[in-house]
Amino acid sequence: MAGQSRARHVILTSCMAWAVASLLFFPIFWTLLTSFKTEIEAVASTPSLIRFHWTLENYKAVLSAGDYLPHAINSIIISMTSTLLAIALSIPAAWALAMAPTKRTKSILLWVLSTKMMPPVGVLVPIYLIYQRLDLLNTRTGLIAIVALSNLPIVLWMLFSYFKEIPHEMLEAARMDGATPVQEIGLVLLPTSLPAIASAFLLSFLLAWNECFWTLNLSTSDAAPLSVYIASFSSPEGLFWAKLSAASILAIAPVFAVGWFCQRQLVRGLTFGAVK
Amino acid sequence: MRVVFSAAIVILALLLRDASATETTLTIGTVNNGDMLRMRTLSADFTAKNPSIKLKWVTLEENMLRQRVTLDIATRGQQFDLVTIGSYEVPIWAARGWLAPLNGLSKELDTADYIPSIRDALSLNGSLYASPFYAESSMLFYRKDLAQKAGLHFPQYPSWDFINSAARKMTDRRAGVYGICLRGKAGWGENVALVTAIANSYGARWFDQRWNPQFDKPEWRTALVEYSTLLKQYGPPGATSSGFNDNLALFSAGKCAMWLDATVAASFLTDPRESTVASKVGFAFAPSSGVGKSANWLWIWSLAIPTQSKNYDAAAKFLAWASGHSYTSLVAKTYGWSNVPPGTRLSLYENPAYLSAAPFAQLTLASILAADAKRPTVKPVPYTGVQYVAIPEFQGLGTTVGQDFSATISGSTTVDQALKNAQNSTTRIMRHAGYLK
Amino acid sequence: MATKHTQTVARLLLAPAVISLLLFSVIPLIFTIYFSFLHYSLLDAGARTFAGLENFQYVLTDPGLWQALANSLLLVTSILVITIAGGIPFALLLNEPIFGRNIARSVAIAPFFVMPTVNALVWKHLLLNPVSGLFSWIAVTLGRTPIDWFSDAPLAALVVIIAWQWLPFATLIFLTALQSLNSEQAEAAKLDGATPIQTFYHVTLPHLSRSIAIVVLIETIFLLSIFAEIFVTTGGGPGLASTNLTFLVFSQALIQFDAGAASAIALFAVLIANIVSGVLALPAAGRLEE
Repeated sequence: MAGQSRARHVILTSCMAWAVASLLFFPIFWTLLTSFKTEIEAVASTPSLIRFHWTLENYKAVLSAGDYLPHAINSIIISMTSTLLAIALSIPAAWALAMAPTKRTKSILLWVLSTKMMPPVGVLVPIYLIYQRLDLLNTRTGLIAIVALSNLPIVLWMLFSYFKEIPHEMLEAARMDGATPVQEIGLVLLPTSLPAIASAFLLSFLLAWNECFWTLNLSTSDAAPLSVYIASFSSPEGLFWAKLSAASILAIAPVFAVGWFCQRQLVRGLTFGAVK
Repeated sequence: MRVVFSAAIVILALLLRDASATETTLTIGTVNNGDMLRMRTLSADFTAKNPSIKLKWVTLEENMLRQRVTLDIATRGQQFDLVTIGSYEVPIWAARGWLAPLNGLSKELDTADYIPSIRDALSLNGSLYASPFYAESSMLFYRKDLAQKAGLHFPQYPSWDFINSAARKMTDRRAGVYGICLRGKAGWGENVALVTAIANSYGARWFDQRWNPQFDKPEWRTALVEYSTLLKQYGPPGATSSGFNDNLALFSAGKCAMWLDATVAASFLTDPRESTVASKVGFAFAPSSGVGKSANWLWIWSLAIPTQSKNYDAAAKFLAWASGHSYTSLVAKTYGWSNVPPGTRLSLYENPAYLSAAPFAQLTLASILAADAKRPTVKPVPYTGVQYVAIPEFQGLGTTVGQDFSATISGSTTVDQALKNAQNSTTRIMRHAGYLK
Repeated sequence: MATKHTQTVARLLLAPAVISLLLFSVIPLIFTIYFSFLHYSLLDAGARTFAGLENFQYVLTDPGLWQALANSLLLVTSILVITIAGGIPFALLLNEPIFGRNIARSVAIAPFFVMPTVNALVWKHLLLNPVSGLFSWIAVTLGRTPIDWFSDAPLAALVVIIAWQWLPFATLIFLTALQSLNSEQAEAAKLDGATPIQTFYHVTLPHLSRSIAIVVLIETIFLLSIFAEIFVTTGGGPGLASTNLTFLVFSQALIQFDAGAASAIALFAVLIANIVSGVLALPAAGRLEE
């Protein structure tokens, strides 16, 4: 009896869970579907789920228009480099905070958090003007710098929360053997926390890829990543929905893989280590 | 070995420098309107004739382009060699020395062929700063069949009184037909453009000669009362969110008996593939109240060369190509006469091929001829622009005041309250910007 | 504990990150404060004059500012409510032993990885478009008139779009927290005769309280800075109906080119962010250290 009702319970909750999950996923699914339709069918007043002419013409059009690839390359370069920069800055800092705690440690951590809490719009004007003065507008370097610094607090907190968990004995042993702090980091800490660093890397990459505020304001064409490229689909004339769908899928696909890999790490990183 | 290697590098560098020296790349910033997109497609003709000039296109939606280009030029970013800008920007930028004068191109552009009001709107102190690409005014579209049914005979130059009674007679809500459709959506390029034009036709103006806002004057009250009453009594539901495209869709679906809006709508309304009432559309001049101005506006999309462009000569060549007679013929040949960029050249309106393809052409020409950007109002004003005020602050002004205009339609504010709000906010902004003490 | 030597090294190692953050956030903020006291138009870059408090007076007497503030707060609170009220039950659901649980979770999390600009455009055109969007088709099929979302209810449209994106985030956080919930407590409660609702209220919810606080904190940080979605769909309009504080600063700075007023509004935005964070989030921030 109990087994039957448990089975029923599982079936019921499964259905509900899948219903909600599908509902949430539906817009993405719909975009994927539309990307394979012709433009005419994309704007048809009666939408079709399966029965339409499947075509790859939208993907071909988007990829051959000459706009997509340069922007994709920008996205990759900016996301990669800014992440590497953020990690390079964070590893030593996180080590220092985790391994050599002082009275100041908590306030430093909270200060780092507070820089993330300040709305970026508060510094939009000065950053824009400084970039203009330094000729950094519409350059990849400029974007890399600002995106790296945007993500720095999250990466730092994430690494900190991982480093804190590393058993001290390992590091003590290395220290007893006469290792300098740098050697300690390089030869003991890093190898042990490679998974943690990898997770921080993936999270930062995800955030950098999806970064919109700075990329929309500080770049126009040359250095613009995919977030800006998609924004230019805003309201062109003529039919463009199917192409927009194709471009969208192409823009979000890379990070989907990344995101799915690192769900758990995402939680940890985005909650500043509070939820594991 | 090292010597050979370095020599090779030097030679390579010289070769590469040479290659880039003979080839110029023009960065062109344009809006994504149909005519501009056609220009982009047809530019293959230009590059065929000028193989040493490469074209890089930055195509954006209007607001984004305006913002990007203005910012780039204001901060001397030097990113663009050519830009499509509107008649709103030209006076502002020319006055700041941001645009290169086009005096040397009068022959290639055949500037004598330009419609005088167009040429004037894009000139400052006698010099032309942008070449017109296409222009529009506003006119009244009406349903000939509904007018006939109501026993109305539409004059070529209707008065607002006539419009009022016509709207009343042609409204049939049960049949889903509304006497008049007008823009109601808030925005400086949306309802503010229309209401400003209407206000002009009632003798109102935005500012007096000392830049005092004039919303507290009786002419503005009459104009705003006319606008809001028409829409409230005879307009379709949801008017507060209707812009150009929404009303175009409504009229094409047969829901509007009259529509006052841009002349470019004419080609869509009369196209049987786009409009269910294509054969029933009548055209009349924008209404007036007899004080000397009508509600016809003037908007020009033009091509201009920023002063900081390092490729003036190449840019000038492209500009001449895109604005010249050969381009017009090219478009006619490729897309048909009805798709030729309208409203800029007198010769176009003497061309029988064009006139037969566009039955509304004469009225469009008359509307454009009658619009004077330099003297848009009955009383004198310190600004240029018919349905806008060519000052940088106008975008912000229009956004705020547009909201007030919109609110009179939805009934959330009275006309007097809206005008008071407009007066206050405009005064604030003008004072902050330094126009008023 | 750290030795003196280690402490010095630690400080050196800390320096690059701290200095970079200083450069990025504190120094520009000082500039913002400076600019807010100037008449500074980006169009006439040379002419900068001292303005005293005029920018502040101008900005604070602008009804648009208060409208933007209201919009900001509305956006944040609506999305918070939707994501938390929706995220908890959904996390509970996904925590159950269901078929294909891991796949269901991955599928449900997906919206969070979508770029904001893609998100906004896909919703605007494919789904919410009043003529050919999916929602309008549903409305017509049900015999009702489709809503023109971005003209009539722009703020609501934005709430829908952004809540859709953050709901998976909240769900994921709650789910992770639920997985550390000791099932013994729930079992004990059931044995004592507690109904599922009582179990939820007295066992689950307290356990989740920490992650709820975290979610509030994180979402508040990000939601106050909503920009891309507005930029790409409504441009703040019609009028100022969908302008939040962030967008107002942007439009004042880069559309009106009034850097002085924009800086004043920016300071106001920073102040509001501090207040909101202080009220909603600092209690949570303290818990981070646990």
